[in-house]
Amino acid sequence: MTTTAQQSMLSVVGLTKTIGTQKILRGVDLEVSEGETLVILGRSGSGKSVFLKHLIGLMTPTSGQVFIEGRQIVGLKERELLPIRKTIGMMFQGCALFDAMTVAENVAFPLREAGERDPKIIRDKVAEALESVDLTGHEEKLPVNLSGGMKKRVALARVIITHPNCVLYDEPTAGLDPVVSDSINHLIRRMQKRFGITSVVVTHDMKCAGHVADRVAFLHEGAIYFHGAYCELVASPDPLIQDFIEGRSGDSD
Amino acid sequence: MMPGFMLLSRFIGSTLLALLGYLGELMFLVLETARSLVTTPIRWKLVLAQVMEVGYRSQLVVIVTGAFTGMVFAAQTYFQFHRLSMETAVGAVVSVSMFRELGPVLTGLMVAGRVGAAMSAEIGTMKVTEQVDALRSLGVHPVDYLVVPRMVALMISMPILVAECVWIGIQAGQFVAVHMMGVAEVYYVNYMEKFTALRDLEITLTKGFVFGIMIVFIACNEGLKSKEGAVGVGYATTQSVVIGSLAILIANFFLTMILNVFFPAGV
Repeated sequence: MTTTAQQSMLSVVGLTKTIGTQKILRGVDLEVSEGETLVILGRSGSGKSVFLKHLIGLMTPTSGQVFIEGRQIVGLKERELLPIRKTIGMMFQGCALFDAMTVAENVAFPLREAGERDPKIIRDKVAEALESVDLTGHEEKLPVNLSGGMKKRVALARVIITHPNCVLYDEPTAGLDPVVSDSINHLIRRMQKRFGITSVVVTHDMKCAGHVADRVAFLHEGAIYFHGAYCELVASPDPLIQDFIEGRSGDSD
Repeated sequence: MMPGFMLLSRFIGSTLLALLGYLGELMFLVLETARSLVTTPIRWKLVLAQVMEVGYRSQLVVIVTGAFTGMVFAAQTYFQFHRLSMETAVGAVVSVSMFRELGPVLTGLMVAGRVGAAMSAEIGTMKVTEQVDALRSLGVHPVDYLVVPRMVALMISMPILVAECVWIGIQAGQFVAVHMMGVAEVYYVNYMEKFTALRDLEITLTKGFVFGIMIVFIACNEGLKSKEGAVGVGYATTQSVVIGSLAILIANFFLTMILNVFFPAGV
């Protein structure tokens, strides 16, 4: 297992997480190869976001192992994780933009933290990152003055400005209208093609999954219920998966 | 039915355990901050912004507190001393009290209220909106970015704020005693200068420095452990002010006893 894990960009072995008495994850095994986009689907509360946070060491598992480019990160101290995290970007569900900073300051943040001090280089790279997410001209706005879709784009620009090897997306289209969702889906795909970024996308949006996924994993009650291609998921006769795809709750009026 | 003493001992035991747990939390933060100071460069731009926020903008509240405390203290001391014809000693009493106790404690309480609450609310909001996790995901330790600049800023600002509070309190007390109560200024100033010495300034600055550090760690700890939602941030803010204020009052007693060994009171 370790040999395979070492060949993958990301690898998770027997991951479990219990919070209080609630078992959130029940032994998840997954691998993400370099350059591919894995979409993790599942209903709200199925443990998708918790799983994603384990991939970057923001949460500590109850048991199991997580490998980033072959390096086991479970058990590392916070300060040991910091340089590893710089190779992986994460786009949070609520965007998590620094609300005291302008758009340009938010996007420039990782560069400044990496030690870049030349204002011209910072300005050029911020302009390039904002251009790649179609957000040129909004540099001086504060996050509070941005729409939901614009916030997602700024969050993505902040992630990609340092050209990470891998990006984790937590519900990238949640709360957005269909048109803006579509543009975010295109952006994710564009990032993958343009920079060859490995991506893990957590979502419950089937349209998003269909647009960006190379592979799909369906998480149900803290375990991988299905793992395969998107077309295989859609064609699956499994009633649980079909209910999810069709959005059927099983409740009657 | 459980006997009363068992309930009492259980209550005392659980309270002590909670206190030890809390002190352990604070100690972790202190150690992590010490580690950061050794391993990570200080972000001076953030320190400067915090000095403006916690130092410069706290001046009005500290000056008003110091001025009216000095005034009321001078008046009360005069009312008591006047009956013994000792009103010329008012200056010495006000000065030594402001330096040794009132200045640092009142400044500490005001800063715990104004600055401690703001720190907890800001960091707590960052925690519940995942901005703290965003920092971590970008390879930045929250202690390096959020705690260290605030601590350095308050280490610089707090002694200055305390000195301001003491100075304005003494000046205001002198105004009340001399210009409103009619105490002879030359005797007032003479006794004040006779009984006040450098050791009093050293005590006030030391206390201010220690209280500043206490306020930062208590406030940042409450902010960083905020639970989800607005209620969690509100709770963290309240806890920060309550714990910060109580800690200052309690620590002040021990500091007074210890510092009096190094800087003994009296001529």
